[in-house]
Amino acid sequence: MLLLLVVSAVTFAIFFLVPRLGGQTLDSMAAQYVGKSPDPDVIAAVKKNLGLDQPLYLQYWNFVKGIVVGADYQFGPDPVTCNAPCFGYSFKTHTEIWPQLVDRVPVTLSLAVGAAVLWVVSGVAIGVLSALKRGSFFDRLSMGVALAGVSLPMFFTGLVVLALFGNGEYVPFADDPVAWAGSLVLPWCTLALLYSALYARLTRAGMLETMGEDYIRTARAKGLQERKVVVKHGLRSALTPLVTIFGMDFALLLGGAVITERVFSFQGLGAFAIQGVTTADLPKVMGVTLVAAFFIVICNLLVDLVYAAIDPRVRLS
Amino acid sequence: MQNRKTAAAIAVAVAVSLGASACSSSDSGSDGNGGGGNAKADAALTSVVNATDKKGGTVTLEHASGPDSLDPGNTYYGWVQNFSRLYARSLVTFKPAAGKESLEVVPDLATSLGKASADAKTWTYTLREGVKFEDGTEITSKDVKYAVERSNFAPEALSNGPTYFKAYLDGGDKYKGPYKDKSPEGLKSIETPDDHTIVFKLNKPFADMDYLAAFSQTAPIQQKADTGASYVQKMVSSGPYKVSAYDESKGATLVRNPEWDPKTDPIRKALADKVELKFNVNATTIDDHLLNDAITVGAEGTGLQSKTQPKVLAKAAEKAKTDNPYAGALQYLALNVNVKPFDNAECRKAVQYAVDKQSMVDSIGGSVKGDPATTVIPPSVAGYKKFDLYPSEGNKGDVAKAKEHLTKCGQPKGFKTTLTARSDRPDEITAATQLQGSLKAIGITAEIKQFPADKYFTDFAGVPDWVHKNKVGMMMMAWGADWPTGFGFLDQIVNGSAIKPSGGTNLMELDDKVINDLLVKGIGTVDTTARNATWGEVDQKVMENASVVPLFYRKNLLYRPDSAANVTVTDAYLGMYDYVLMTSTK
Amino acid sequence: MSDAIKKDSPAADTVPAQRAGDAKEFLSVRNLSVHFDTDDGLVKSVDGVSFDLKAGQTLGIVGESGSGKSVTSLGIMGLHTSERARIGGEIWLDGEELIGAGPERVRKLRGQKMAMIFQDPLSALHPYYSIGAQIVEAHRVHNKVDKKTAKKRAIEMLDRVGIPEPHRRYEDYPHQFSGGMRQRAMIAMALVNNPQLLIADEPTTALDVTVQAQILDLIRDLQKEFGSAVVMITHDLGVVAEIADNLLVMYAGRCIERGTSEKVFYEPQHPYTWGLLGSMPRIDREQTERLIPVKGSPPSLINVPSGCAFHPRCPYADVPPDNITRTERPELQQVSDGHYSACHMSREQRDRIWTEEIAPKL
Repeated sequence: MLLLLVVSAVTFAIFFLVPRLGGQTLDSMAAQYVGKSPDPDVIAAVKKNLGLDQPLYLQYWNFVKGIVVGADYQFGPDPVTCNAPCFGYSFKTHTEIWPQLVDRVPVTLSLAVGAAVLWVVSGVAIGVLSALKRGSFFDRLSMGVALAGVSLPMFFTGLVVLALFGNGEYVPFADDPVAWAGSLVLPWCTLALLYSALYARLTRAGMLETMGEDYIRTARAKGLQERKVVVKHGLRSALTPLVTIFGMDFALLLGGAVITERVFSFQGLGAFAIQGVTTADLPKVMGVTLVAAFFIVICNLLVDLVYAAIDPRVRLS
Repeated sequence: MQNRKTAAAIAVAVAVSLGASACSSSDSGSDGNGGGGNAKADAALTSVVNATDKKGGTVTLEHASGPDSLDPGNTYYGWVQNFSRLYARSLVTFKPAAGKESLEVVPDLATSLGKASADAKTWTYTLREGVKFEDGTEITSKDVKYAVERSNFAPEALSNGPTYFKAYLDGGDKYKGPYKDKSPEGLKSIETPDDHTIVFKLNKPFADMDYLAAFSQTAPIQQKADTGASYVQKMVSSGPYKVSAYDESKGATLVRNPEWDPKTDPIRKALADKVELKFNVNATTIDDHLLNDAITVGAEGTGLQSKTQPKVLAKAAEKAKTDNPYAGALQYLALNVNVKPFDNAECRKAVQYAVDKQSMVDSIGGSVKGDPATTVIPPSVAGYKKFDLYPSEGNKGDVAKAKEHLTKCGQPKGFKTTLTARSDRPDEITAATQLQGSLKAIGITAEIKQFPADKYFTDFAGVPDWVHKNKVGMMMMAWGADWPTGFGFLDQIVNGSAIKPSGGTNLMELDDKVINDLLVKGIGTVDTTARNATWGEVDQKVMENASVVPLFYRKNLLYRPDSAANVTVTDAYLGMYDYVLMTSTK
Repeated sequence: MSDAIKKDSPAADTVPAQRAGDAKEFLSVRNLSVHFDTDDGLVKSVDGVSFDLKAGQTLGIVGESGSGKSVTSLGIMGLHTSERARIGGEIWLDGEELIGAGPERVRKLRGQKMAMIFQDPLSALHPYYSIGAQIVEAHRVHNKVDKKTAKKRAIEMLDRVGIPEPHRRYEDYPHQFSGGMRQRAMIAMALVNNPQLLIADEPTTALDVTVQAQILDLIRDLQKEFGSAVVMITHDLGVVAEIADNLLVMYAGRCIERGTSEKVFYEPQHPYTWGLLGSMPRIDREQTERLIPVKGSPPSLINVPSGCAFHPRCPYADVPPDNITRTERPELQQVSDGHYSACHMSREQRDRIWTEEIAPKL
């Protein structure tokens, strides 16, 4: 909770202070949310209605209060109540942020979860096989491709994939599960390629290290079949560091796979973040930042729990 | 050994993918669906291409980001003004027709163009009878009045649109808008003596009133349906289509409005059954969709991206589907008359002769991107008069004459100055760099300073104090009018009253009494021919002053896929396709 | 003898061949060689080692690091899984030859007929699984029993090796045990299937001295109880003195002396063995006397010294005539019944040096 407050406060501060340092005034900031060549009256009205003329701490306080108890605002003939959690309203379009966030989470979630399954399975499998067949053609080929996968930036891979295959729009799972999967296959593969490569290399390194451990020799000395030795004794240890890494990767992805969403024109949290930043729409940015920070906190917690479940040495007894 | 093998593997993989992408894109579009495949390039500039009367089909438009708003009372973008005519009928509009006819204003909701008083300060419009909203209610003049009130006077809720009504309506500076001022009579200077009459009382003579009436801001809005900023989510249509689905980040779907009566609408045919507008589609993807005939048109109306253009122009079959209209915009160089040595007209004239406009156009991509300009008003704007006060062979500039004028202004060896340009407009930067070269040839050293577009006017070039302090003599500028007449084009850039402490667009700080007076006289002239002639005069005077150096008239490269029908370019909306006419064979 | 046999070849050992089928010898190793094909060259970790072991007997294999003692034991267990290992010779376990038997057959014997315990029980046990689970696993690999039965057996074994409250400790993880308890647990795991051969690779090196004694006692007791053959590998002569019936001294992958513990300790017949004895700390020695280390460092196993592998470090390399220590590899020769030494010096020379120079200093 404290972390979330800190993150939100920092974002808030950056949003206002950086332009100030660059010499911008509140008026010119307010002018961003208005059409071309605006009237001073218009700027004043916008400033007042968005609360930009209030002191920073008050604006921040109102923002936090809104999340907890909701807020009232007015962009028309009548006042409207924005129920808790109220993340405010877009500076540009005056629409509520929270419902938009909620709409976008499934998109980003679909993207993240699908890609995660793909890259973990493929990355680990390739890594294990490469480690076991160290030095073989398979090993060298897969590590070579993995090196390429890790080095190729997402926008390159994504654009190549797009140029080769084209892609349709996102279809919500509830509407049509088959179409949903179909629309996601290419972004999944693109995203997974990068991470799969990384995980293959990590798994291979981890496996090589683990398979050299003494307890592997003991397992064999007991007469265990090689497959059991590899999976039950070797893989289990090799995967532990990957859990931490995966937790972080996945959490960051939940905050919005920005580049992937942009390339494939998906309306997830990442695209929302970009829009917020390019239109200087503070509530959008705050909304995404908080959601992303929340996911990171949750994922870190889960990682800690999983780690303790896997490695008894870590548990508090 | 290992490294060489892996490097080879990577190289093969990359080569294959690049080769495959080149192959796939060259396949696109070459086997069209027949239909409009017989028209030539630029056919839509003068005719309606792939003309049809068949009902049916779905028009699909895609935009790389989205509109400022689809609410006709909350938008500044030309394409939205064009598009909103499908669900919002303004008092008058531009004729959906080909060629020069597209600049003509014709009545839409009103029965005829506005009737002006002799002093051009009072304008009366009569509404047609029997025009209904999508809920069956009849449209009255009060709805039009309300629409103007909310769009211009309620910036706390709707702040995107132009505020010309506010500037010209009598008492506009005092009225607080319909959300704060709940009085029943609202803004007094808009009168509605009966349900079908509306009278505008202006604070100064304004002969271009019909052009203001053509803004989407006069499309009627029911007060009972108006929720301010959120109205856009549930708009009530007055046009042939109504909104069946709207999502701020995805787009909108329009379906037929059963309450629309074609007998009350002589200008719309409404052939398509459905219209789909999609937001946030990757710009490259939009071009691909156009070339593959997967969509009907790119909504923004600025045409194909620079990187797609060469691909398309290289193939004859593809080039035949392009149109290269004027975008109604001028790229020019503003010479600030308060920064030495540009306070001396001779120095300004030297620059007029020094510029090699043809090479500049070539540097940004050739004639498909623009034509060298010699006047302030572009050819597609009413009032354009063709002339050239500083002629040179092939528009390449005249170094000798330039040097002559330099000597006359007392700077025979040239001088140093600063040139500003917008950093996120690559074409502008290219042009500025090329300009720098031309100036060097006559001894003028121009240091280029770049600034982001959204701060250009509010913080830098549009702030006279900053300009003087930093001795900025030259500023790159581009301008498109909010409405396509000489006044609409000139007033904001050459009128002394357009000089503001910040955010101004008269970068030259030109404040010439003769020019200012001519502008006032012109806008008070009711007779259209006489009025348009005045603009030509103003243009000439501005060019004599030499503080505006026109560089090139911008052009767009539009693409019409095979399935697009009734395609024509409308000069009124900055040279994009007319969305009222457009329909689809798919 | 020397003429007929080529230099530096792991060829015929002159130990009387105990053929397969001789039921008295439970384990019979003949000319075992383990070479590794590395990028730097062929590493000859074990280069022609032979010995026999009866059931109920303990053989101590002694040598410094790199002498090949662990590699030998891993070779017996069939645990050299690298593609670069080249194994030669014969290993007869209870009448069955292992090197030619194929990996799957050897796997079935591992943990069942022959078991091994290792030096560091903390790293040799999997940290993520409980002790009980690992013992159960060892049992169920070779016995088709249900989990409950296996658990009972595991607890039984924990009890047998002297771990208190075995049913509670069953669920504990390796890191929750003390060093000595951990080693006991490993012994329990190794013996859960009643193997007839137990190989202990430096089982006490990682433990305190007091705990060492307990573990050695335990191994001896279990051996008595089950009648198993034990191979004890160590660099510490003190450990082996307690427990081994026979000793095998290894140097540079070869056996240089072999015999009963008594003979090797009290009548050592090789300069290297003398060195080992001299460098062994003893309570009964004067404290002011310095330990006498074997000078020099272990030889490269890729470029093994020519002739006698020990000659660069041997103070008596020049005693045999004609420079033979540098040119000819000494073969194991019988000194007395069951006592062999691979040295070019004559019996008389060695006896004299031992009685006059070495023994007095010890």
